[in-house]
Amino acid sequence: MAVIEARGIRKSFGTTVALDGVDLRVEEGRIVGLIGPNGAGKTTALNTLLGLTPYQGELTVLGRDPWTARAELMRDVAFIADVAVLPRWMRVSHLLDYAGGVHPRFRRAKAEAFLAKTAIRRNAKVRELSKGMVTQLHLALVMAVDARLLVLDEPTLGLDILYRKQFYDSLLNDYFDQSRTILVTTHQVEEIQDVLTDVVFINRGRIVFNSSMEQFESRYLEVLVRPDRLEAARALRPIHERQMLGRSILLFDLQAASADRQQLAALGEVRKPSIADLFVAVMEGQGATP
Amino acid sequence: MTSGAMLWSVRRELWENRSIYLAPLIVAIVIVCASVVATLAGRHTRPDDFARGCEFAAAALMGTTLIVAIFYCLDALYTERRDRAILFWKSMPVSDWTVVLSKMAVPLILLPVITFVISVAMQLTMLLTSSAILSIKGQGAAALWKFPWLQMSAGLLHHLVTVHGLYYAPIFGWLLLVSAWAKRLPFLWAFLPLAIIGFIEKIVFNTTRFGTMLGSRISGGMEGNPAKGGVMMPWPAHPLEFLASPGLWIGLAVAATCLAAAVRLRRYRDPI
Repeated sequence: MAVIEARGIRKSFGTTVALDGVDLRVEEGRIVGLIGPNGAGKTTALNTLLGLTPYQGELTVLGRDPWTARAELMRDVAFIADVAVLPRWMRVSHLLDYAGGVHPRFRRAKAEAFLAKTAIRRNAKVRELSKGMVTQLHLALVMAVDARLLVLDEPTLGLDILYRKQFYDSLLNDYFDQSRTILVTTHQVEEIQDVLTDVVFINRGRIVFNSSMEQFESRYLEVLVRPDRLEAARALRPIHERQMLGRSILLFDLQAASADRQQLAALGEVRKPSIADLFVAVMEGQGATP
Repeated sequence: MTSGAMLWSVRRELWENRSIYLAPLIVAIVIVCASVVATLAGRHTRPDDFARGCEFAAAALMGTTLIVAIFYCLDALYTERRDRAILFWKSMPVSDWTVVLSKMAVPLILLPVITFVISVAMQLTMLLTSSAILSIKGQGAAALWKFPWLQMSAGLLHHLVTVHGLYYAPIFGWLLLVSAWAKRLPFLWAFLPLAIIGFIEKIVFNTTRFGTMLGSRISGGMEGNPAKGGVMMPWPAHPLEFLASPGLWIGLAVAATCLAAAVRLRRYRDPI
């Protein structure tokens, strides 16, 4: 059974269409990055999965309809909506007490062990913590829940690079295993490229790209074209071209290009593209970026 | 809904809103101090003066907790949306019904219980301090102890359960509903529509039924029964008579409707 199974999800706010027929299937044990420009529908998509907003279409998360069974679903799903949502008036110890009290799958010892590695005092109030510490605290709470699906919406927004790196390291080393599934949105795509097993692009309320990382790496490549071969390379139908330090970098989709890996290697230096580069290419192809 | 989630949700309300017990406690301490000063000054030493003082003290406490209840309700489902913490609360396996009912339990059950306990403790302290002061002064304190202590406490409990717990339920339900609905200024949204309805009624029909109805609700339905006395003390106002009054049941139906609407709104509403 898929962890997330969405078919034709639509959601509009007044005349604005936020989700325009989203189809998505996520299997257990995957780490899926949901990438999209601002206003693409990322947060709305996550909100429908979490039972925070009603929708049209067919959707099951862990076999349940999130809108009608949010409370039950939250026993198996943990989420960090964004860094600012922990109640600011609350003490750290009270947060742990509360989570332990209402959540049947919360293991307080795990949260305590994680917090022991941080500078967070138990009797501090959330409002007294730095932004980085609040994220650490939320991560501690979420990791202590024995959840099957973890949803993260821009979990590291506004944090410095040290905290961001530590966040994903903890997630991978101390939390993730094959029985869990993680769905994450972020603007810092480069930082999570090596973490993901799947990548999904969303634009204007539609899924415009969906691929496993293995597929992505075998299908797309980037060529740092030698200046004298530029015209020849352009003739091979690259999907995107950009300039860097006076050199042209062409991105090829091997399924669409009229050349294979060997032929392209003759044009210049072949590299693995980043998700960010493919993202830009796909979005510009859709006319989404200025 | 599990009872565990309910109890922890109520506990969480106490952590967030310490005024629930601090406000009546502070008022009680101030009243006890005032009573000590009054006894030292030689006032309120006669048993009936003392009894009236105790009644007034209990009424002051009830007024305090009523104000706390009104502000609590208006804040309860509004602040969590304004500070976005609702997204954290909704990440917990606690249903919207549990949350809303736990918030309703504060004015309906918790505040009356706190008021009763603090009132009794306060009156006992007043009695003990006054007796001690009178004894030291060499005046007899025995008369103070003839005061119908048990009867008064029972009357207070009866009043708290019937009026604050049951009769005020639609008021708290309405305030919670507004708190779940308002995007800003919940206080204004709670009271302005009521005033407007009153004005329109006055202009169109030249009557004041709506205002009278609200007044009757706030006074606990006692205005039509002068025989029962102004304050809550006469015991017992017949329980069957109270249970048979349509006002009670209409009020409870209004409260239930408001709560159901508040639960629905909490499901749909985004953070502000």
